[in-house]
Amino acid sequence: MFDITLLWSAMPALLDGAWLTLKLTGCVILLGTTLSIPVALCRNAHLRWLRAAAHAYVLFFRGTPALVQLFLLYYGAGQFDAIRHSVLWPLLRDPFWCVVIALGLNTAAYTGKTLGAALAAIPPGTREAARMLGLGRAPAFWLIDLPLAARAALPAFGNEVVLTCKATALASTVTLLELTGSARLLTSETYAPYEIFLAAGLVYLAINYILMRGMRTLEASLNRSH
Amino acid sequence: MDTLHGFGGQLLLGALVTLQLAATALLLGTLLGAGICAMQLSGRRALQAVGNGYAAVVRGIPDLLIVFAVFFGGSLTLAALTGRYVEIDTFVAGVVALALSFGAYAAEIGRGALQSVPRTQREAAGTLGLSRLQTLWTVVLPQAARLALAPFGNQSIVLLKQTSIVSIVGCDELMRKAAEASGATREPFTMYLATACIYLALTGLATLGLEWAERRAARPLAS
Repeated sequence: MFDITLLWSAMPALLDGAWLTLKLTGCVILLGTTLSIPVALCRNAHLRWLRAAAHAYVLFFRGTPALVQLFLLYYGAGQFDAIRHSVLWPLLRDPFWCVVIALGLNTAAYTGKTLGAALAAIPPGTREAARMLGLGRAPAFWLIDLPLAARAALPAFGNEVVLTCKATALASTVTLLELTGSARLLTSETYAPYEIFLAAGLVYLAINYILMRGMRTLEASLNRSH
Repeated sequence: MDTLHGFGGQLLLGALVTLQLAATALLLGTLLGAGICAMQLSGRRALQAVGNGYAAVVRGIPDLLIVFAVFFGGSLTLAALTGRYVEIDTFVAGVVALALSFGAYAAEIGRGALQSVPRTQREAAGTLGLSRLQTLWTVVLPQAARLALAPFGNQSIVLLKQTSIVSIVGCDELMRKAAEASGATREPFTMYLATACIYLALTGLATLGLEWAERRAARPLAS
């Protein structure tokens, strides 16, 4: 039968898991957003091979499941002695960083695509005006182009944040006890899947509701007229 | 030399199961989505609340959690019903979980498309003497279908990729075959890279098909 007290008693353990979910989401978003800038720049580059490389990168990460990307890194990297003896090995041996790198590369492909389109949509006059004011190419990019493009890409980015939070559930497949992983462990201990998965679902809903609200607020504050 | 150590056939067999999973979940999920969408647009407050609530809840939780809930919850329900321990079929559990998730997205896509058809179209059809059902079938749905095609297609491609998580509960699809091959050959990178290429080919073909359908749907209407 459904046992509501069990739902409550599972909460402390699930909230521990939720904390790891949040940490993963934060690190993935940080890495993904940072990487999305070079991806977006390369997609709009004049050099053909840079554009081709960026397109191939986006094609691979958008065309394959995130789970394959994660397993390719977590299980696959150990196949090569060169990697096992390199300085990167302590990082790649750690499931936490594997998830952050794999999902970070994944979300960078999605965000890079939107950011690239947003950059390409900036009217050339804006850039010319910046040049006329004596701004160099780099300052013009950081001060004019990127803020404008970021504002245009923000709604899609908000969705990406929620998708990333949900994607961190994959971390449970590489031994991490984040929210889904803790729920899975708790069900095998209590054998009460209804209560525990319902409780975990409620925590996810709460997290994603807050994330979505936060992104809406950010959008509204950035879009107000100056 | 065979770089896949004879596991190529197994991977292709897995890809076949992946396609079956995706196709079945797509069909069931679309039916579910149509039902949820009908509730959302029914105009009855209670039904609307259920429809909107379903779409919001399911889109807010990870698919993997839904897969676990269906698999373990389903096994427990079956055990309670039959009085003995039965392990639920992983393919069925996978299809149900993926369809539950896809239905929520499909409902939102359908709702958005139907609401984008201008109200005047419905009014004009009514003036011409068409019944509500005729209006829906011959006037509103054809226009909404065009609008829904691109997002629906994209969500179907997401579904195709999401079938990989069903391997976690042991469904014998592509990802599971890759894990088995990795364990047997101790060459996980090779196996998962080959798997990634198969997924890439599948999503690539689906994308080309979708682009073709979009071009067709964008043709001007016959006058």
